Amino acid sequence: MRAFLILLARNRLALAGGIVMAVVVLLALLTPVLSLADPDVTDTSNRFQPIFSEGALLGTDHLGRDLLSRLMWGTRLSLAVGFAAAIVAATLGAAIGIIAGFYGGRTDNIIMRGVDMLMAFPYILLALAIVAALGPGLFNALIAVAAVNVPFFARNIRGITVGIAHKEFVDAARLAGLSNTRIILSEILPNVVPVIVIAMSTTIGWMILETAGLSFLGLGSQPPQADLGSMLGEARSALITNPHTSIVPGVMILIIVMSINLLGDGVRDALDPRLKSGALSRPMAATRVDRRWPVPEPVGKGLLEVQGLETQFHVKDRVYRAVGGVDLHVETGECLGIIGESGSGKSVTALSLMGLVASPPGVITGGAVHYDGEDLIGAPYGRLRDMRGRNVAYIFQDPLSTLHPLYRVGDQLIEAIRAHRSIGKAEGQAKAVELLKAVRIPNAEQRVTDYPHEMSGGMRQRVGIAMALANDPDIIIADEPTTALDVTVQAQILTILDDLRRSRGLAIVFITHDFGVVAQLCDRVAVMYAGRIVEEGSTEDILQAPRHPYTARLMACVPELGGGKRRLEAIGGLPPVVDKLPEGCAFADRCLKVRPECRAGEIPLDRVGDRKVRCLYPEDGAREAAE
Amino acid sequence: MSDALKLTEVSKTFPVGRTLFGAVKGAVKAVHPITLSVRQGETLGIVGESGCGKSTLARMLVGLLEPTSGTIEIEGEALDTADPALFGKKIQYVFQDPISSLNPRKTIRQVMEAPLKHLYGMGVADRATRIAEIFDSVNLREEFLDRYPHEFSGGQAQRIGIARALAAKARILILDEPVSALDVSVQAQVLNLLADLKAQFDLTYLFISHDLAVVEAVSDRIAVLYFGSVVEIGPAEEIFAKPRHPYTRLLAQSAPVVGRPLTEPEAKGMELPDPLNPPPGCAFAARCPKAQDRCRSEVPRLERGEGATEVACFYPLSDAP
Repeated sequence: MRAFLILLARNRLALAGGIVMAVVVLLALLTPVLSLADPDVTDTSNRFQPIFSEGALLGTDHLGRDLLSRLMWGTRLSLAVGFAAAIVAATLGAAIGIIAGFYGGRTDNIIMRGVDMLMAFPYILLALAIVAALGPGLFNALIAVAAVNVPFFARNIRGITVGIAHKEFVDAARLAGLSNTRIILSEILPNVVPVIVIAMSTTIGWMILETAGLSFLGLGSQPPQADLGSMLGEARSALITNPHTSIVPGVMILIIVMSINLLGDGVRDALDPRLKSGALSRPMAATRVDRRWPVPEPVGKGLLEVQGLETQFHVKDRVYRAVGGVDLHVETGECLGIIGESGSGKSVTALSLMGLVASPPGVITGGAVHYDGEDLIGAPYGRLRDMRGRNVAYIFQDPLSTLHPLYRVGDQLIEAIRAHRSIGKAEGQAKAVELLKAVRIPNAEQRVTDYPHEMSGGMRQRVGIAMALANDPDIIIADEPTTALDVTVQAQILTILDDLRRSRGLAIVFITHDFGVVAQLCDRVAVMYAGRIVEEGSTEDILQAPRHPYTARLMACVPELGGGKRRLEAIGGLPPVVDKLPEGCAFADRCLKVRPECRAGEIPLDRVGDRKVRCLYPEDGAREAAE
Repeated sequence: MSDALKLTEVSKTFPVGRTLFGAVKGAVKAVHPITLSVRQGETLGIVGESGCGKSTLARMLVGLLEPTSGTIEIEGEALDTADPALFGKKIQYVFQDPISSLNPRKTIRQVMEAPLKHLYGMGVADRATRIAEIFDSVNLREEFLDRYPHEFSGGQAQRIGIARALAAKARILILDEPVSALDVSVQAQVLNLLADLKAQFDLTYLFISHDLAVVEAVSDRIAVLYFGSVVEIGPAEEIFAKPRHPYTRLLAQSAPVVGRPLTEPEAKGMELPDPLNPPPGCAFAARCPKAQDRCRSEVPRLERGEGATEVACFYPLSDAP
């Protein structure tokens, strides 16, 4: 709740709206105790007194009634009716929406078609019809306004409920013996309430306007009772001669609706989880770079050379050191594996290379990435864009979310080519088919016109690879490309990548958590833990004799086929959170061989031959091999 | 040993699309009639790739879905109605995604109390003691009880999911990919915990996974599912070591193993059969290197061959590679 208020107050407009609204509500609440003239006493001898006249601060209306007093009482009434209508509409609409969304099927169909019919009428016509049937009066106007707004809530809430009703926690509640009513009340409703509040905050202003509209037409509040709409209606005949009688209620309506809408938008932004996570704050086209140390010079190792790369996420006052100084290099035609568990920084490392980490919150705070001698981290955006896809291409984990669902795969391939060079229609089509053939999609000529949803996961990932190949890059960065796929399909995709590497001389940076995959595809492997490389060397060496205790124990955790029923090795505890990294070795807390020195000071990545280990007491490879 | 769980010809068909007047246009057979039994205290592993019907099968076993045909017997009692509360005391479910199986707006205490309150009608004091007992057995600290799900790591959340299943005092647990959302180092912790709990409470497990090595490490027997049918079922130590069904062999060869060179086990880029329009014979025939005419016209049934393995294949593989 406090976090919500802080978030709300950060939005200046919403804060202003909230303050104005609070003042208006406070005044409306205090109206009975303020010493105001009686709003309904007529005094025709003093009619149409101007603003600031004596005894009537805002003047008087056509019957000589005090406008200030009528305005205050009118505001009080309009606000009350508006809020009441919003609450009635939200309660009814939410109830209908939740029932329709939860039960689904026929219930849903019948309810929602009814709601659709209600929505088919122009709202003002519907409100007029309801008032006509019930007779004029403020209470009937309230019913009409509420009824007109029920469909809006019902549709909104139904959509949300459908999503929640199929969540696993609802199934779990069912298995815990909860009845449908209880599930709705205790599982669904708490998750829907924020949406109801959001919908309400953005519609209350609208409902106040609608009530005023009905009163303006003489269908709402009846004389002599004042509300903002009826005051406007009565002042209409004197609009030209005595404009202040219209302006006073008009300005009040403006103030109320404006402040409610500003506040409502603020409430929505603060409550909506998608907005909170920063999904709608547009990330910059390239990651922000703020290097505090001098840029390292390239030593000319490999095609792509990463030196001391540091990427951090700055969220509020916390600094997450996702990548804390990574050195890597890849040579032409080589496959480098980066292996690590979730949160180890392997994906952020890969995305940092081409400035693809979302900023905010991501910042590259140090290091260099040299491609063929050119530093990519400091490169201007235009240069980076030119190189993305052409020199360094990416393959991502989930091909369903990387392909656009509304375009044919062939067109998407052509678009990828067009980003770098212009290509004719026929030539583009031919190239697209050629690319699909390169990744061994059967019937490439036909499949080129498929939409992504018409393909299986394995086929989609092939398209993802084809897209990466579209501009003949030198380096492909594959971020867990087979994790979402079945084993039989994974084997096919790995074979394709391996063949492409050999036939085209591609360098591949392959990010994964699977030792089996690394063993089959990669020449060298780097093991990451808590944002740093803890061990690096040739795949064969590392898999045969891991030297860092983390690597050794991680490998022992992986069950291998053919071992029979058994107890598995586990690593106790959890990896450290990267905003609170311990002094010294990040693995110390989980390590069985930990000594006091491990927790004191920086531990370097020591090189022994062509292997590097970040450990003071590495496993003795020779001894283990002998055993 | 008695059967904890017995399925007789259980199948599930989903209607696909409806016309304006509610007539069903087509049907997808997610699970073809399956007959199998799980003995008391046994762990039966179920392996299969995505879309093979393993989750549908699991959801039928706990009453979240009503089978289209067939009967499910739990500890000798037939349960035909799909009433999860009736199932809840006998059989429980551990979900794949530990975080999304916990309501984000409820504290762990509220989550844990639900089965105790609704299935057993326990009072406040009894619930507190019981929750303390269960939390102790899954190595969770009691201070976690007043926190919300988003404060937990995947491994901790999965322990909470297991604790919730234990709270219902069910003797059979359906574990639907319980470790596939977890990192390997944490995966091993959870698998070992499951093994300990099984011994401690004399539980029966149905362990569903796509990871062959994990299934093999925890199971007594394994059933291989393909396209909604069991194609092979047998003792864990035999099924991948000496596969008899060509699909089982394909699965075993596809799993990446350290020290085995990368070979594509299938030459063609085959796709799964269309569930709306299933092939008339064996569903695997189109991918099978040994398929013959009979395979494309007749559906093979599970039969016991040599050894303890049952296989649904007309031309099963022999021991010789």
